[in-house]
Amino acid sequence: MTTEVDQDSRDTKAVRRVDRVIIRFAGDSGDGMQLTGDRFTSETASLGNDLSTLPNFPAEIRAPAGTLPGVSSFQVHFADHDILTPGDAPNVLVAMNPAALKANLADVPRGGEIIVNTDEFTSRALAKVGYDGNPLEDGSLDGYSVHPVPLTALTVEALKGFDLTRKEAGRSKNMFALGLLSWMYHRPTEGTEAFLRAKFAKRPEIAEANLTAFRAGWNFGETTEDFAVSYEVAPASSAFPAGTYRNISGNLALAYGLVAASQRADLPLFLGSYPITPASDVLHELSKHKNFGVRTFQAEDEIAGIGAALGAAFGGSLGVTTTSGPGVALKSETIGLAVSLELPLLIIDIQRGGPSTGLPTKTEQADLLQAMYGRNGEAPVPIVAPATPGECFTAALDAARIALTYRTPVFLLSDGYLANGSEPWRVPEVDELPDLRVQFTTAPNHTLADGTEVFWPYKRDPHTLARPWAVPGTPGLEHRIGGIEKQDGTGNISYDPANHEHMVRIRQAKTDGVTVPDAVVDDPSSEARTLVLGWGSTYGPITAAVRRIRRAGGRIAQTHVRHLNPLPANLGDVLRSYDRVLCPEMNLGQLAILLRARYLVDVQSITQVTGLPFKAEQLASAFKEAAPDAR
Amino acid sequence: MPADATAQADAPAQGRTALALVPRTEARQTAKDFKSDQEVRWCPGCGDYAVLAAVQGFLPELGLARENITFVSGIGCSSRFPYYMNTYGMHSIHGRAPAIATGLATARRDLSVWVVTGDGDALSIGGNHLIHALRRNVNLKILLFNNRIYGLTKGQYSPTSEPGKITKSTPMGSLDTPFNPVSLALGAEASFVARTIDSDRKHLTSVLRAAAEHRGSALVEIYQNCNIFNDGAFEALKDKQQAQEAVIRLEHGEPIRFGLPAEDGLGGKGVVRDQATGELRVADVAEVGSDAVLTHDAHAATPVTAFALSRLADPHTLHRTPIGVLRSVERPAYEDLMAEQLERAVESRGKGDLGALLTGNDTWTVAG
Repeated sequence: MTTEVDQDSRDTKAVRRVDRVIIRFAGDSGDGMQLTGDRFTSETASLGNDLSTLPNFPAEIRAPAGTLPGVSSFQVHFADHDILTPGDAPNVLVAMNPAALKANLADVPRGGEIIVNTDEFTSRALAKVGYDGNPLEDGSLDGYSVHPVPLTALTVEALKGFDLTRKEAGRSKNMFALGLLSWMYHRPTEGTEAFLRAKFAKRPEIAEANLTAFRAGWNFGETTEDFAVSYEVAPASSAFPAGTYRNISGNLALAYGLVAASQRADLPLFLGSYPITPASDVLHELSKHKNFGVRTFQAEDEIAGIGAALGAAFGGSLGVTTTSGPGVALKSETIGLAVSLELPLLIIDIQRGGPSTGLPTKTEQADLLQAMYGRNGEAPVPIVAPATPGECFTAALDAARIALTYRTPVFLLSDGYLANGSEPWRVPEVDELPDLRVQFTTAPNHTLADGTEVFWPYKRDPHTLARPWAVPGTPGLEHRIGGIEKQDGTGNISYDPANHEHMVRIRQAKTDGVTVPDAVVDDPSSEARTLVLGWGSTYGPITAAVRRIRRAGGRIAQTHVRHLNPLPANLGDVLRSYDRVLCPEMNLGQLAILLRARYLVDVQSITQVTGLPFKAEQLASAFKEAAPDAR
Repeated sequence: MPADATAQADAPAQGRTALALVPRTEARQTAKDFKSDQEVRWCPGCGDYAVLAAVQGFLPELGLARENITFVSGIGCSSRFPYYMNTYGMHSIHGRAPAIATGLATARRDLSVWVVTGDGDALSIGGNHLIHALRRNVNLKILLFNNRIYGLTKGQYSPTSEPGKITKSTPMGSLDTPFNPVSLALGAEASFVARTIDSDRKHLTSVLRAAAEHRGSALVEIYQNCNIFNDGAFEALKDKQQAQEAVIRLEHGEPIRFGLPAEDGLGGKGVVRDQATGELRVADVAEVGSDAVLTHDAHAATPVTAFALSRLADPHTLHRTPIGVLRSVERPAYEDLMAEQLERAVESRGKGDLGALLTGNDTWTVAG
């Protein structure tokens, strides 16, 4: 953090300019930390900083109050320049209770600022999380810059004019904290004020109470002596190409990408889905857009979700199912059917920690091999994986392109970190989005020896190997398709050995032939002998780590794979042109297995399965250790 | 107004609108138009042949454009059905046909969507999808071929097999209590539930017709003989001598009578409500008088009596098995409700504007 000190002309308080800040809001699950973080992020986005966020919350809706498992946190990293991760360690921790302090303190570097809600530091609350004494009094926080603030009492005091019980008034303490932090970092407040008015439009007195708490927090910062300094982080204008920007989370970008794909394909969108963390937000979002002709079907189970989507695809819709790993397991048989039917279908897997129920609210990349191979028989499915929250938008369009062009199910692998994390996103012009229109087949496509014109549902396009898509309602093209092996061309049931061999190979060839862009290698030195290759949400921390190594004079090349099946055509050559290939993954090395098998290259895995994203510093150390010559 | 006209006016309106959205054909159709070029591969003597012939024979009378008819099936002997129909069709995976058909029907209201399934497919592996399709009232015609056995896997007991059934997988007799598909469907909020028998072409056709005219889910249980693994399972209902006592033919608005004729020419036995318990029981009409006999009301607001009727059959002997339309009530179809929401969304917010959606309300501009 580089700083300059300035004197604010309005009062006597110092203003420091800093280039980046990492704040973590932490509290009980019921304290509204996600909302607080979201609002702070929106304020930050509208200021024009680059930003990256990491929500981190328990799977339990309301874990027992005041306990360590009940702690929910939201980290936001914002800067006046281009940043890539939500940050390794917070500069500021807001701890709403002892549990939040205890659960997060280890991540705060010495010298960091800690704002605590002293009202919650009662002997009972302290004992609940195993504190023998009060850390605010026993000197254990001496190395930090601690701001003890009675947030609850101040909020209650600010709201005493309202007809609210003490308990009700206390609930607005998160808005008091938000106001305080908004003052500290010179955030614009109009957005939050408008948000609160809209959120509580039906209960204006609650809206007013929250606004009052918010402003009281701001004023507290401005007037109290404890907060002598405030900080400015300038807009990151130079980090962004010109354009209109908004803040967007991965799941929102994904939902928009699906709507956009439907519009650009001129096909109605049909989502069949069963609620599952962390994918449900996509169902929620799409259900709002019925005026785009979007049909959302909350099915009785995961299988029905994909089944209905496949049925709709048979009827000519853009069929989509959204889920997470356990749901993919249930959908496997239907995905195999879609492979056999050769119908377009999007399977969105927002990966979470596994196996089984695993870590529903945490992130992981351990479904890659499930997506790749998790079906009976030879059932190849193309796989697309976005690297950032904003990229979820383009990945949805790209997955739709592949599905529609090649008449195949396509996996889109996002993860919990991309889904809930957010970043500034340049709003694209509609015209610059790809044209995804398809031609349904409307006339016979084959002439029999006797001259009869017929429709063959498995007569393939010679280039893409895609079969025709003739939807019910098209006269003269009545046909039957199914999961039993079919004769190529006619689509009739066939148990013929040679035909099965042919069909298995042609389905594989179709997938292998999907056009995907070449892998692009970033190596400013042009002399690197070590390549770091990643996929999915590890892009941010990998890139940040690579930059650190380069800043220290190291030479290291980087590539990030966005198509995992088929892999980019040039990838083998790329891998073989380096002495060493490092592959960080949030699993036990699944892409590394694929790369080693496919290219016979000795890819070295760097793995982590904590349910949290890699930290840049940790990756930089791992790269240095694995490749001492990279620096 | 003649009596029958009154009855028609009182009947639910679904008959007149069920297929309103499906394009019709001017061309005269025959059964042959609905036969595909595929060789039928059921065992010789299988009851499925009779159902196939009945369906192919009855569809022309609907006068629908053939390309707007789709058959979706799961897995099992009966699920090969779509291959033999010259319509659009999908032979899917075990138990999932109602889910797949739900997506198709919801996305395409201009289609007449039929599901062909069996007792294992619909009630065992696919039980969940069946009950949910019924409660949602998706506009599907579900033909449940019940042969009370697993045929394609060569003779294990099914969820409708009688208790104690000796099969390959139950050498000492099955331990399961069977489902009664009609009771199950009624419990699942089905708006149309009927039962018929493969060998009674006329009855089968009349039930198919009623199902086709119903807007919403229609479950038609078809007792179907598997002459290889469970031959004669429905003999009690087919044998002329026994059938009179075993089959209760339900006709809306008619007294529920069966058995050897009484003096008035109608069945000598009748279904009456026990005054003490409220349950239904079978009584001799001569004893209780014809006025005591229940009149069948397929359009009754609650499924209570239909359910009680469905319980009259003895699961072992099948005696007192009601056939016909047990329930047919009007309820909005799922896809109609969904279409309405889409229309309302456009009315209130206008047709979706992608550019406006992507931009949202909270943007900032970076100048070049």
